[in-house]
Amino acid sequence: MTTDISSELTIVLPEIFLALYAMAALLFAVYGAKDKLAPMLTWLTAIVLAAVAVWIGLKAPGAHTAFDGAFVDDAFSRYASIVVLLSAAAVLLIGKEYMERCKILQFEFPILITLSVIGMLMMVSAGDLLALYMGLELQSLALYVIAAMNRDSVKSTEAGLKYFVLGALSSGLLLYGISLAYGFAGTTQFAGIITTVSDGHVPLGLVFALTFILAGLSFKVSAVPFHMWTPDVYEGAPTPVTAFFAAAPKMAAMGLIARVVYDAFGNAVSDWAQIIALLSVLSMFLGAIAAIGQRNIKRLMAYSSIAHMGYALMGLAAGTVFGVQAMLIYMAIYVTMNIGTFAFILSMKRDGQAVTDIGSLNQYARHAPLKALAVLILMFSLAGVPPMVGFFGKFYVLKAAVDADLMWLAIAGAVASVIGAFYYLRIVYYMYFGEEREAIDTSMPMVQWLFLMAAAAIMLLGVINLFGVEGFAAVAAEALVK
Amino acid sequence: MDNLLSIVTFIPLLGAAILALFLRGDDDAARNNAKWVALAATSATFVFSIFILTGFNPSDTGFQFVEEKEWILGLKYKMGVDGISVLFVMLTTFLMPLVILSCWNVTDRVKDYMIAFLVLETLMIGVFTALDLVLFYLFFEGGLIPMFLIIGIWGGKNRIYAAFKFFLYTFLGSVLMLVAMIMMYVDAGTTDIPTLLNHQFSHDTLSVLGFTISGGVQTLLWLAFFASFAVKIPMWPFHTWLPDAHVQAPTGGSVVLASVLLKMGGYGFLRFSLPMFPVASDIFTPLVMWLAVIAIVYTSLVALVQEDMKKLIAYSSVAHMGYVTMGTFAANQQGVDGAIFQMVSHGFVAGALFLCVGVIYDRMHTREISAYGGLVNRMPAYALIFMFFTMANVGLPGTSGFVGEFLTLMGTYQVNTWVAAFATTGVILSASYALWLYRRVIFGDLIKESLRSITDMTSREKLIFAPLVAMTLLLGVYPSLVTDITGPSVEALVNNYHTAVDGASGATAQPASN
Repeated sequence: MTTDISSELTIVLPEIFLALYAMAALLFAVYGAKDKLAPMLTWLTAIVLAAVAVWIGLKAPGAHTAFDGAFVDDAFSRYASIVVLLSAAAVLLIGKEYMERCKILQFEFPILITLSVIGMLMMVSAGDLLALYMGLELQSLALYVIAAMNRDSVKSTEAGLKYFVLGALSSGLLLYGISLAYGFAGTTQFAGIITTVSDGHVPLGLVFALTFILAGLSFKVSAVPFHMWTPDVYEGAPTPVTAFFAAAPKMAAMGLIARVVYDAFGNAVSDWAQIIALLSVLSMFLGAIAAIGQRNIKRLMAYSSIAHMGYALMGLAAGTVFGVQAMLIYMAIYVTMNIGTFAFILSMKRDGQAVTDIGSLNQYARHAPLKALAVLILMFSLAGVPPMVGFFGKFYVLKAAVDADLMWLAIAGAVASVIGAFYYLRIVYYMYFGEEREAIDTSMPMVQWLFLMAAAAIMLLGVINLFGVEGFAAVAAEALVK
Repeated sequence: MDNLLSIVTFIPLLGAAILALFLRGDDDAARNNAKWVALAATSATFVFSIFILTGFNPSDTGFQFVEEKEWILGLKYKMGVDGISVLFVMLTTFLMPLVILSCWNVTDRVKDYMIAFLVLETLMIGVFTALDLVLFYLFFEGGLIPMFLIIGIWGGKNRIYAAFKFFLYTFLGSVLMLVAMIMMYVDAGTTDIPTLLNHQFSHDTLSVLGFTISGGVQTLLWLAFFASFAVKIPMWPFHTWLPDAHVQAPTGGSVVLASVLLKMGGYGFLRFSLPMFPVASDIFTPLVMWLAVIAIVYTSLVALVQEDMKKLIAYSSVAHMGYVTMGTFAANQQGVDGAIFQMVSHGFVAGALFLCVGVIYDRMHTREISAYGGLVNRMPAYALIFMFFTMANVGLPGTSGFVGEFLTLMGTYQVNTWVAAFATTGVILSASYALWLYRRVIFGDLIKESLRSITDMTSREKLIFAPLVAMTLLLGVYPSLVTDITGPSVEALVNNYHTAVDGASGATAQPASN
């Protein structure tokens, strides 16, 4: 390892660039035309985020570490970063019209998104418990603020506050775990912690540390039983923010969990795999059952994302290279499905007022057959029905579970997917079989329409070869599980 | 043509894509175009599928017309047919143009309706041609989506309940099969069906949670596949979704459901359960046979008291598929040949019966048996055709229905006399409900005021029935058309099955004798 500072900075150059961009944009907007700049800034930020994604994609292969191992740049972090960056860019674009319609498109929105994205990039590249915490808090603080973006709405404010209080609690748990880890391992570096593990088991004190850390992180992926905030925050936050919550932070937090369990506790798979398997099975069932009663599509998507996190965790619970690969593929598919679905949800309105009741979709297919078809494809994909790509996501994680002798988990996942299919089908039911009622207005700008259609097309055409994501995920998983 | 099977499989999808992308508007011209495109696509599929039949070599028991390409995750895109599957492909391609023709009077969302049927055809053919587990699953499950929409959008009054029940019931059965497939993949390291057919899954006794499972892994896998196929075929007591789905589905949907979708269950038994898990199949044979007999007798009795024509025919389908299951698990040449024959024959006969109901439903918009009576006075041609298919359903010698029932009963008799004896009562019961239905609908005086102006079949309707009558008669008097094609493949299947079962019992008997 070189101590040459310039070469270390080169490794974190994309993150530095993003941070500089965020600060420059902030200054520019504050001293400039403020909110009038917001639409332009939204576009610019989306382009910058996408450009950084390309930049990271073109980075030299192989693993590099900076700052004494606190920051890791390897295939895994690059894969997760690209998913985070692209989904953040997509959410900015699909959410712009909604924010303008509700007159809450403030210039801070794209900037806060950028800041939270920097936090996420930090999370997935963390090689040290403190770097992890720093990234997580940077991400979370930005998210608390944008959850309460709609200051005049009680629900939005409540969502922000709820998220903040519960988030602070989870940070406390996490910090407690970190301090225990430091106490028992004598270091906060993942590379140091992993050496304390001998004969496949961690010392008892570190088991406590691991449990607290996992509890804190489970909050971020809204895994059951740390999911309570999700439906309320999803419902209360402005819909573009909800779309953002459902995509990028989930990928980042999932990447972070993978980092911690493999980089720091990779020699004691059996110690954490059972915790994750339990989180997984609870999330799948709660997500599937609790969503049945929901009529608000945002709450429904909240439970849907809880269930999907359960499946992604199933990949991790396998504790194998293939399991990590399955999780990464699952997350990429999940994020794509969610962006498409939210592109549609964002456009649901009546007389300019946003609508979230799924009953309002009655006979939607008659009024907008093409968009209804796209949503139909997305719903079946979310339910995991072949030949949609969502099925392959489930196939990968189920195979990972069976490979790892977690037969009970695979069967539970399969049964939960049938229960979950019910509520996705119900959306299809409203759109295609419902009673004729006043039509809902779903006019949307070209960009949003493109995202909806592209997501649906990917779900359908991905059956051919999943657009090659399998290979990237394999390289990323190899890099993580040494 | 190296990729004939892919061509046959995907022509309907191409037709659907053309409809979806290029057809605009919802006026009469657009509706007609939609119907003609769908008819052209299904007919072209049938024409191409004839090449499969002419190029098929029955004496070769392996897979023919095989295509293979790499896919994701070590899976393969692999297609092929053998003597067991080729006839199901033909059955599907033969029936689909007739189904499209039978939908000619649909006025609601014609384009979507045609697209749904075309997509469904691709998925159905794919089930029978796929030679990769996951590819099979993809087609098998994918078929639920268009069928869900067909029942839900174009169905009757209680369609939503029926659509959900259909979807969730079959989905639950299938996901367990998916887990079993993954287990097979992990165990055998491949999803290639021809390889798996030669793979021996362990049948050593297992102990799970304190329960001793004889047959071991095979038993577990068998049960998971059984969950899927028993729902699909459907077997008593997993049949309750079928009457609901049939009654609520539009005519075309009912025909496809009865003629092709049910056959997927029987095909699954023949393709997976018997050859891949012979030991487990052997263990469960008595259970399956008795379930089949209960299905035959019980659902025939239930059919007797139905007041809805479609429901009656739906229950009769369950009974007839009981013969299929029984013959399949008899696992001898006659039984399995008979099961395949019965499925093909039932495809024609049950399809035609649902079309018969459709003919009068189109005119009177009711399926209540009591709403009819004396139709022979106004509809002589209809009475003739309905009688023909009623007789075929009863299993009158000379129609295809007889051959299938006879062969399965003969096969079963050699294995289990009691089962065969009870199943034979089903022949009498089927005569009772079918003939009684016929009498109530067709014979008697025409006293109902609403029926006085009913018209006989149009030439389009006659055209639909002509090929079905021809096939039912042809197979009835010349059954070796079917058995010549299936014979060698079935023989190989049966021999392999008995070798495996004998080998297993020999292996377990040996340590006992020591």
